[in-house]
Amino acid sequence: CGSDNLINCMTGCLLHGRYHEMAPNIVPMDYTKDPDVKLPIQLIINMPELKENPFKERIVEAFSEDGDGNLSFNDFVDMFSVLSEMAPRELKAIYAFKIYDFNTDNFICKSDLEKTLNKLTREELTAEEITLVCEKVIEEADMDGDGKLAFADFENMISKAPDFLRYKNCLKNYQMFFLYIFCSSWKDDGLAKC
Amino acid sequence: CLESLIRIVALIQLRKITICSDIPQTEKKGKIQQIKYLIQMIHSVLCWISEKRLRMYMRTLRMWPLFLCDPLQKWMKFQRDFENFKTACIPWEMKIKEIESHFGSSVASYFIFLRWMYGINMIIFGLTFGLVMVPEVLMGKPYGTLPRKTVPRAEERTAMNFATLWDFSGLAQYSVLFYGYYNNQRTIGWLKFRMPLSYFLVGVGTIAYSYMVVIRTMARNANEEGGGDDTSFNFSWKMFTSWDYLIGNPETADNKFASITTSFKEAIVEEQENRKEENIHLTRFLRVLANFLALCTLAGSGYLIYFVVRRSQKFALEGLDNYGWWERNEVNMVMSLLGMFCPTLFDVISSLENYHPRIALRWQLGRIFALFLGNLYTFIIALMDEINLKLEEEKIVKYNMTIWEASLYNGTIPENATAPPIQVDPADVPRGPCWETMVGQEFVRLTISDTMTTYITIIVGDFLRAVFVRFFNYCWCWDLEYGFPSYSEFDISGNVLGLIFNQGMIWMGSFYAPGLPAINVFRLHTSMYLQCWAVMCCNVPHERVFKASRSNNFYMAMLLFILFLSTLPAVYTIVSIPPSFDCGPFSGKIRMFEVISETLENDFPSWFGKVFSYASNPGLILPFILLMV
Repeated sequence: CGSDNLINCMTGCLLHGRYHEMAPNIVPMDYTKDPDVKLPIQLIINMPELKENPFKERIVEAFSEDGDGNLSFNDFVDMFSVLSEMAPRELKAIYAFKIYDFNTDNFICKSDLEKTLNKLTREELTAEEITLVCEKVIEEADMDGDGKLAFADFENMISKAPDFLRYKNCLKNYQMFFLYIFCSSWKDDGLAKC
Repeated sequence: CLESLIRIVALIQLRKITICSDIPQTEKKGKIQQIKYLIQMIHSVLCWISEKRLRMYMRTLRMWPLFLCDPLQKWMKFQRDFENFKTACIPWEMKIKEIESHFGSSVASYFIFLRWMYGINMIIFGLTFGLVMVPEVLMGKPYGTLPRKTVPRAEERTAMNFATLWDFSGLAQYSVLFYGYYNNQRTIGWLKFRMPLSYFLVGVGTIAYSYMVVIRTMARNANEEGGGDDTSFNFSWKMFTSWDYLIGNPETADNKFASITTSFKEAIVEEQENRKEENIHLTRFLRVLANFLALCTLAGSGYLIYFVVRRSQKFALEGLDNYGWWERNEVNMVMSLLGMFCPTLFDVISSLENYHPRIALRWQLGRIFALFLGNLYTFIIALMDEINLKLEEEKIVKYNMTIWEASLYNGTIPENATAPPIQVDPADVPRGPCWETMVGQEFVRLTISDTMTTYITIIVGDFLRAVFVRFFNYCWCWDLEYGFPSYSEFDISGNVLGLIFNQGMIWMGSFYAPGLPAINVFRLHTSMYLQCWAVMCCNVPHERVFKASRSNNFYMAMLLFILFLSTLPAVYTIVSIPPSFDCGPFSGKIRMFEVISETLENDFPSWFGKVFSYASNPGLILPFILLMV
């Protein structure tokens, strides 16, 4: 039980605070009965961390269980933990592939690439430029020659990228302010709850 | 390390929970259970505990075992904060990044060059200000005590007028800004500060420093260029890893979108250039033709300049009053007209060549550079003529001085006897025409007029044009934004060359006008803000956005050439023209560099002088120079 575990706990605690404050009337404070509560996608993509991200809908959809973007608290925690600094590279690559796969057919095909490019450049490129870029991407990364990227091709390409693991692909860890509160209260009567 | 402390305490508590509670073993469910407890605790505690009490509790815990900190995380966080701090300290970094994201790296490379020049000018300014101007102001004789430091009686009436000051005569001429103000006393003040030596060494030192910096930057850039980057997944990485997930601010997001789009466009241009199929023979023929035309233009303009300068020298000999306005200003007008039309001509010629835009920019720069060298040539010739005129005048003034001094005594003493000097007001003493101050004034005037021209061109050519196109588009027959005149693009080559030639003027003139680096620092500072604003407000990106070459060595090479050219006139005047007899720190000597030998004789022990005279044997110096090269 290292500090990793602890940090996960603390982060989870803070995350629940955020999860709750998005929709206080839906999200209960008491999880002992394990309620089945899901927040709709519209609330989540308005979070300040995700608001400016061009792929916000895809991110939320990739982490939801049924692919429609409604997140339960478990999915919410998963999303932030994969996007955080401490997730391993392989895990990030898996979810990145899911995010960029717009039609969820487990392949990144040409139409997925076009959608990605349009979101990235806010549709400023002309049609020939888009075609050129998509052709180049498939030419560079496609190993098995089927004209679309499978997960193996994607992983091979992303593992060599210099920028992928840097913190700009993660979200900040939360401040551990609430640890103060936790520690002081637990010192005296925390054990009584055991 | 309060964070770590808290982690330690929480860790201990958590261990206790793990021992005594019945949390299921599957990790995820266990995590959720812990979260449940934590949530309950936090929300119940939040109601009644205040921050002060919290801190009190923390202090009573009294546990500071730092070795249980997580050092790696802290180190990563520290590194990240330090990187952010370093980036925030670089001046104008945000502005330049914004310009780069909207206009591409080639336009941004001009601003990076401008910032680098600003750094060099700051150092030169520091040297001249600290070692030349400040000692003279603090420890030298004040204004009005010496003839060289006082406005002559004849000019006193107009000395404070704005028109005179703008022209840098009058009071401005007799101030620390120019060479003529400085006294030739060997040491001044209680510090025994050796003013003439300092003046000479600062002059030589600024040139040496500039050489060193330019060559070092070129060497460093050459190293970087050899590195090369892995371009095997260029487009893929641009597509999948370019978005920055930490962005939460809408303005930053806008800049990031623009920068991603520009980066894609640059890569697309590179790819299109690589894919272009060429008919080798036609291309070669067209390129040879274009070079031939450009050479003809350059030769023609060179001959025109030479011809016009010869004519103006002839006019000057005959006296300018016989001729009208055109003859008087012929040289300036021809220069301006050439400067306006030839670059456009070169632009047209370059469309024959069909180069990659980056290569085409270099050819354009090279050709306009050769054209502007003609400008430089005329300026130097004109200056040399004036210096010779002043030297002639000086001989006459010297002769008149003896007559004037004799008239002061008015025949009260015989000719060859000595007498106590009569007190004369410094303003009344007849002056020699101080050619060094004249040279300094010419450079200062040129810099000021250059600056004014640039600013007015920006305001009229870019800003007013943009205003016109934007607001008159509604009531005009054709679409102003797509047709003529439309918004202007940022002229990289013109601006870069302007900057380089301006710097050449500074290097030439700072020996004779120590205030010139100060003026230039001010000019570069305001220029940076004005041009950044003008680019973002009035210009549109180029149609084909291309990636600047990472090294900028091309600009550096031109700068080095100009540095070399500008040191030649300065060195020539130092070595071969005698200084004025009544102004400046070297007055009274036969050559300016004698101050070095004088210092060696008087200030260093005698054996040092002997060693130096052996070392300055040409037989030793030449191999040494060759070794350095």
